[in-house]
Amino acid sequence: MGTITEPPKVSGDDGGTGHLEELRTDPIGLMSRVRAECGDVGEFRLADKDVVLLTGAEANEVFFRASDEELDQAAAYPFMTPVFGEGVIFDATPEERRRMLHNQSLRDKFMRGHAETISAEVTRMVEQWDDEGEIDLLDWFAELFIYTSSACLIGHKFRQELDVSYAHLFHDLEQGTDALAFVDPYLDIESFRRRDSARAALVQRIEGIKAKRLAEPTPDKDDMDLVDVLLSVRDEHGNAAFSADQITGMFISMMFAGHHTTSGTAAWTLIELLRNPGAMDSVVEELDELYSGGADVSYQALREIPVLESSIKEALRLHPPLILLLRLVMEPVEVEGFTIEAGKLVGASPAVSNRIPEAFGDSEAFDPDRYIDPRHDDLDNPWNWIPFGAGRHRCVGAAFAMMQLKAIFSVLLVDWTFEMAQAPETYRNDHSKMVVQLEQPCVVRYRRRHGSAGHGSAGNSPGGDGGGGR
Amino acid sequence: MAIRIEVDPDLCQGHGVCESEAPEVFEVGKDHKVVVLDASPPEDQRAAVELAVKYCPTHALRLTDT
Repeated sequence: MGTITEPPKVSGDDGGTGHLEELRTDPIGLMSRVRAECGDVGEFRLADKDVVLLTGAEANEVFFRASDEELDQAAAYPFMTPVFGEGVIFDATPEERRRMLHNQSLRDKFMRGHAETISAEVTRMVEQWDDEGEIDLLDWFAELFIYTSSACLIGHKFRQELDVSYAHLFHDLEQGTDALAFVDPYLDIESFRRRDSARAALVQRIEGIKAKRLAEPTPDKDDMDLVDVLLSVRDEHGNAAFSADQITGMFISMMFAGHHTTSGTAAWTLIELLRNPGAMDSVVEELDELYSGGADVSYQALREIPVLESSIKEALRLHPPLILLLRLVMEPVEVEGFTIEAGKLVGASPAVSNRIPEAFGDSEAFDPDRYIDPRHDDLDNPWNWIPFGAGRHRCVGAAFAMMQLKAIFSVLLVDWTFEMAQAPETYRNDHSKMVVQLEQPCVVRYRRRHGSAGHGSAGNSPGGDGGGGR
Repeated sequence: MAIRIEVDPDLCQGHGVCESEAPEVFEVGKDHKVVVLDASPPEDQRAAVELAVKYCPTHALRLTDT
């Protein structure tokens, strides 16, 4: 008693930057080995930072229930600071997050309008398709989700300013999250240089949009998007309160979390359905029935698509877009008899916990039936089924993301069929950056379905209140 | 059997789904945390409360029978 038991350390410390190189090449291998060698609590090292990895329900619950005073999220992601810009916090306090939920239109009452917006955006993109062709999943979904997230979170007016080049700039931001940032986020390396020039280019574009808006007459309150709202805010001297740089930082921080995550999940859902034709048939059958009467892709319909939803959940379980969640330890924390000292990082891994065999039968298999009544593998394992995290920092966009994915597949799978354009096992993630993305090539073929329910060109214009900060 | 509602305040993020489903039972107020207006609502609220529990995005609600 009274003695401090430090967490056990995993093998493979290279004596230099520890496990940093392994994290940059095979992070899931590293984290799985931590669990295999050390159990629920085990330590690895990133340069001068010790990282205690927690896996399994008991340890995860400690991680997710901890307050910000114990485990701080804002200081744990050094690779995000240059992306958002100085002064833009990555994660707000729970109180601020709840306020942001209201202001950013993530509340339940805005979702129906968002569903209409999203189906209009996906329809707009497939209208450029021929009767058959090929798409690269990374490129295609990255572009789509730039449009949907900007339209829903910032507003339709702003979305109309965007084109595919914004997706490319976002890609450079996402690729600028090399774990070398744990050593120095401003190292002179190619991916960080591209990150910084992408951010500068975005600031320049926002500057242009700002100048255009200021030259126009002030819009009615109802026609304002978040750009107008932010431009109208004055400081105590009557000057504009926010610079283009600050507005850019806010927009990046709003759009970033929902971009690569939803985009990757959409791609993996499609890939897993193509790898599992029986599951695909069930999803298409469900959607055909749901939309056979020409029903709109409305919010109400979106809530009850259990077979599709199960496939999305299973794609999320097997391929969680965030594989390592981090916090900085502010006060010593006890986990399963081990003491984690202040100053260390502590991590939880959706990639590892989502596949724990004790929690999930046949845990490596794609099995959407595990969410079909009476089975509830997600609800039964609230601290192991953690693709969205859990607890007070659980992804605030989870409901929005699920709704988006269901809306998108409601259009894609009703009007089109897909097949793999490369061997099934060649679809894989690139883990060289902290933001995990699909490795290219990741090509699929599409073909227009004939005699389908067909709401392809329903002509539903973007409606509802998408613009935040009303 | 009477309905009892429990909230896990660590988990509530104020999405307001419960308020949409069962406005007579739940309110998401100015501080953006759910307020249970009636922790033991009458039986005719059961269906609405069940939907609120089911669709709560953070699984912060529980319904028990006492």
